[in-house]
Amino acid sequence: MPKIDTSLFEIGTLDRLAAGNTVVHALDPRAKLVATLAFILTVVSFGRYEVAALLPLLVFPLALSIQAQIPGPYLLRKLLIASPFAVMVGMFNPLLDQTVLLHVVGTNVTGGWVSFVAILLRFALTVTAALVLIATTGFAQVCMALTRLGTPRIFATQLLFLYRYIFVLTEEGLRMSRARALRSFGHRGTGLKIYGFMLGQLLLRTMDRAGRIHRAMLCRGFDGEVRLNRHLRWRRKDMLFVCGWLGFFALARVFNLPQELGQMLLKVIP
Amino acid sequence: MSHHIVEVQDLRFAYPDGHEALSGISFRIHHGESVAIVGANGAGKSTLLLHLNGCLVPKQGMVRIGDFPLTEKTLPDVRRTVGMVFQDPDDQLFMPTVYDDVAFGPLNLGLPFDEVDARVRSALATVGGEHLAKRPPYRLSGGEKRAVAIATVLSMSPNILVLDEPTSNLDPRARRNLITLLHGFEHTKIIATHDLDMVMDLCDRTIVMHQGHILADGPTREIFDDDRLLDEGHLERPLSLR
Repeated sequence: MPKIDTSLFEIGTLDRLAAGNTVVHALDPRAKLVATLAFILTVVSFGRYEVAALLPLLVFPLALSIQAQIPGPYLLRKLLIASPFAVMVGMFNPLLDQTVLLHVVGTNVTGGWVSFVAILLRFALTVTAALVLIATTGFAQVCMALTRLGTPRIFATQLLFLYRYIFVLTEEGLRMSRARALRSFGHRGTGLKIYGFMLGQLLLRTMDRAGRIHRAMLCRGFDGEVRLNRHLRWRRKDMLFVCGWLGFFALARVFNLPQELGQMLLKVIP
Repeated sequence: MSHHIVEVQDLRFAYPDGHEALSGISFRIHHGESVAIVGANGAGKSTLLLHLNGCLVPKQGMVRIGDFPLTEKTLPDVRRTVGMVFQDPDDQLFMPTVYDDVAFGPLNLGLPFDEVDARVRSALATVGGEHLAKRPPYRLSGGEKRAVAIATVLSMSPNILVLDEPTSNLDPRARRNLITLLHGFEHTKIIATHDLDMVMDLCDRTIVMHQGHILADGPTREIFDDDRLLDEGHLERPLSLR
C-alpha cells in the first residue's frame, strides 16, 4: 500500500515542477495544449510498421523538457510506471504477426516485432509529451486552457476536482486498509468479500463528501462555473511556438525524414 | 443595525427518513454578539447551522437574516451576509491553490479582478496566511487549513460568521491561535462546538441544545455553573471552571 502513497507524492513533484520559471513555463497554456494535442494526433496517425519515421518526433518532448529543466530520470520513471499497459497491448504482436519484413545482420525481423516497437515508441512519445505539458503548465492551467478552447465547462471542472480530491480519497482508502490490516490475522479478514464491503464504504463516504463539498460551494455562490482570477495573454511568441511546432509535425508526417536524409547523404557521397 | 440580526422562530426540521432533528427552536441574536451553540452529539447543532444560510430549507417556522426572511429569492443575499465555515476544511477547500480558493466566493459575486485580488490578499493577511497563497490546500497542516477556510469566507466580507466545530482536530497552539483570531473579529459569531473552554474565552452567550430543543439560553457563565443543566445536556463543566 505505501506504493500508492509514494506515487501520489510524485504527483506533488509535478506541481512543484509546474511552478518553475522558464521560457516554456511562461508560454500561454493554450499554446502548449494545442501543440501537445497536435503532437499526439500526429504520433498516433502513423502506420503500424513505421518506426524510423517516428524518430524525428522525439525532438518535441526532448526540446521542451530540456528547455523547461524537467529532470529526465523523473520522466523516465513515470514512463516505466505506465509502461506495463503499452507492453500488454503489444505483447502478442510478435507471436501473431510472423511475416518477415527486414533482414538485419542475418536475422529475420518479423512484422510483429516491428509493430511492437512502434507501439512502445508511440506510447513513450505521447505519455512523455502529456507529462511535459502538465509539468510545465500545471493541472489547473491545463483545465483553464481546455475551457478557453471550448471544452464543455463541466468536463474541465470534473478534471479539476479529480485532481484535488484524489489525495483525500487515497488517504481515506489507506486509512480503511490500515484499519483492516490491524484487525485481520493471517488470511482471515482479507478476502474479496471484505474488499467489496470496503469499496462500498468508500463509495458511500465519497458521495457524502461530494454532498458536503457541493454545499460548501453553494454557500460561496457557485453557479456552475468555476472561475480563476488569472488572465491568459496570447502573445507573438505563443503564436510562433504553435506555428513552428505544427509546421514541424506536418513535415515529419508527410516526409519520412530519416529516409530522405539518408538518400540525400547517399547522393552527396558517391 | 437591524440587518445583522439572526432570528429563528419555531424552526422545525425532519430528515427524509422521518428523524426529527429540530423540534421548535426559537432565538434571536443581535449585531456583534458572540453565541455558542453546545449540546450532545446528535442534539441538532449542525442541522441548525445548515438552516442559517439556506443549505437546508425550514419545513416549518422561519429564519430571518437581517431584513429578509430566508427564501429562495433572498438566498444570494443571505449567503453573502452569512459566512459559513464547515467542520472539515477538506470540504471547504476545493480549488487547486489557496489563492484560487479564497478568490472563489468574490469571483462568484461578479467582482472585478483587481477587487478580488485585493480581497484575497487582505483575507489571507487577516488569518496570517499570505505565504500560503500559492500552495495547494492538501499540502497544508490542520491549523493552516482551518485558517485558510476562514479566509475563504472573510473574502466575501460577511457580517455574520457561522463556524462548525472550529477547534476540532487542532493542536493546542493552533487552537490558541484560532481563538485569538476569532477574538479579533467584530462580526456576529455563531459557533457550534464541544470545546467549552473556547466558549468561555469567546462567547458571552450560550445556547444549550438537547434532542432538537433548546434546553437553555443565557449568559455563558451562568449556564456553565449549573451542574444539573450541564448533566442534562450531556455536557461537563469546562476545566477552567473546576
